[in-house]
Amino acid sequence: MTVTAPVARKRSALTKGQLPAFAPYIVLAVALVLGAAILALIGFNAFGWGLVSAILFTIGLVAWSGAVEGGRKAKDRLATCLVVGSFLVALLPLVSVIWTVLVNGLPGIITPGFLTTSMNGVTGSFDNKSVDDGTKVLGGIYHALIGTVQITLLATVISVPVGLLTAVYLVEYGNDRALARAITFFVDVMTGIPSIVAGLFSAAFFFALVGPGTKTGAVAAVALSVLMIPVVVRSSEEMLKIVPNELREAAYALGVRKWRTIVKVVIPTAISGIASGVTLAIARVIGETAPILVTAGFATTINNNVFGGWMASLPTFIYTQILNPTSPSNPGPSSQRAWGAALVLIILVMLLNLGARLIARIFAPKTGR
Amino acid sequence: MTTNSLTTSQGAGRAGDKVFSGATLAAGCLILVVLFGVALFLVVQAIPALVASPADIQGGQGFFPYIWPIVVGTLIAAAIALVIATPIAIGVALFISHYAPRKLASSLGYVVDLLAAIPSVVYGAWGAAFLSQQISPAYNWLAANMGWLPIFQGPASATGKTILTAGIVLSVMVLPIITSLSREIFLQTPKLHEEAALALGATRWEMIKMAVIPFGRPGIVSAVMLGLGRALGETMAVALVLSSGALTASLIQSGNQTIAAEIALNFPEASGIKVNTLIAAGLVLFVITLGVNMIARWIITRHKEFSGAN
Repeated sequence: MTVTAPVARKRSALTKGQLPAFAPYIVLAVALVLGAAILALIGFNAFGWGLVSAILFTIGLVAWSGAVEGGRKAKDRLATCLVVGSFLVALLPLVSVIWTVLVNGLPGIITPGFLTTSMNGVTGSFDNKSVDDGTKVLGGIYHALIGTVQITLLATVISVPVGLLTAVYLVEYGNDRALARAITFFVDVMTGIPSIVAGLFSAAFFFALVGPGTKTGAVAAVALSVLMIPVVVRSSEEMLKIVPNELREAAYALGVRKWRTIVKVVIPTAISGIASGVTLAIARVIGETAPILVTAGFATTINNNVFGGWMASLPTFIYTQILNPTSPSNPGPSSQRAWGAALVLIILVMLLNLGARLIARIFAPKTGR
Repeated sequence: MTTNSLTTSQGAGRAGDKVFSGATLAAGCLILVVLFGVALFLVVQAIPALVASPADIQGGQGFFPYIWPIVVGTLIAAAIALVIATPIAIGVALFISHYAPRKLASSLGYVVDLLAAIPSVVYGAWGAAFLSQQISPAYNWLAANMGWLPIFQGPASATGKTILTAGIVLSVMVLPIITSLSREIFLQTPKLHEEAALALGATRWEMIKMAVIPFGRPGIVSAVMLGLGRALGETMAVALVLSSGALTASLIQSGNQTIAAEIALNFPEASGIKVNTLIAAGLVLFVITLGVNMIARWIITRHKEFSGAN
């Protein structure tokens, strides 16, 4: 029973001042207004406005937080700003690339005949004429589409059996032997081979085998296979690994041979993942330029024979149209064709990516348990 | 002892087993053979360039004076790419793993993966047609205000087609690689470590600094190494963006060249000893990237038991 003297309470660290929840919005509004004002002085543009506002927002919020909440909270807010900012920065090129390709590619792709004609006989004088008279740009990407499809198809035909069998070896027969570990390691290393080195390898291989200067679609397909096999191996391996062991044991218990177990039980169970992995691998190699550049040459005409003669492809078409315009004095039509082809290529890649996700979802094994 | 039907009558099945396991083994060995073949054929085709008289090699001074500047150029471009991409990629990975709302995280990860899906030639075209023009005023500013630094020595290239632009395009291309690997590792951080840090009163940033980053450091290092491997070997971005030339210290003038772009630009028209020279250059690139990748993979394997990034 003592009389409690009024004590001057120290403010607890737990209840020390915090910024209200709406503080970031206030700072954001102020930063946007200030940013607009500063940009108005030195010439307005949207990108600069965003940049200046973001910097002002970060400084403002961190300073306010530092004054009210203390150094640790301020550091935390600074880190949050930087992390979110880096994500926004990473989105910039994505948006910019897609926007650039759309804006520049649409005129090309809606030109009649762009998808159905080749560059056969299209010379600089046609391009000059179409610029002078304002008529439609002649020539198209039909030959390049044919080439891309054939080369990629042949590469897939080579890579999928090799890649899938290797994955089966690693998962079913490898048992963590030295050989299996070596294969795993070198498959990983192979993922990092620069694409142009794969092209050079294929070129050097065929130069030695067939003769110097051999450039056909098949050479390019071998180069692409070198890039594709490791991707197929990795994805198939992951998929085979997650097949439950009970399925294998049930098959063995019924007296089924190991190879029939693998062919009839293990692979069908994993087929959705394998198929989507293969599709992603195709999406990866279909846009490869460098290996095709050194192995298939440049063609302007339709070549349906993947084993003979130079062959065009979409990526090399884009590359040559930009670097060596058909009409050096008027690069406009060539660049229109290049962007059109780039748009087609991006659409193809996106469709393949989307397809991979759909395959994975549709054919996914029913998990009843 | 009489033979019984369990051990004899299944010749066909046993043969099938042998054939199938043999086929898988052959496919596995084929991969090793291919990798060995890459090295072998490159060496065989490169030897003529290495033993040729110096006057025959481009530049007239022999192979090593020819390859030296473009090796340095390759390293410069890759260094620029990594300096830009690494902090941003780690930031993005942290954003997806620890900052973004859980429901959004996987779709945001997919958005970043889209960056990896865009073909390199499209990046090259974008860099040449869009980025280089947008960025050249910045180069003029750098030349005027930071010109005392050798790397920003003026006069800046009027077209913006410089090694710095190429490096920026490369950084966009390696960003998704570093991001996806680091993200995987950050997600592997033991939940208990994170919760312990938060329970002791750490802010989110302190928790990341004390629990997530130390755990993920080997993973980040190897992710950066893999990004380096990609940046070293990337061709199109440099071939289309850079207007190449002799080795120069200034990053905002035209000049410098990388191995991959040198091959891509010259190989299609090359003949004779020039082909061998370029293949030898490819061999140099192969050896460099192989070394970088092997170190990266070695780091990953060493920390496999707790990183999960493989």
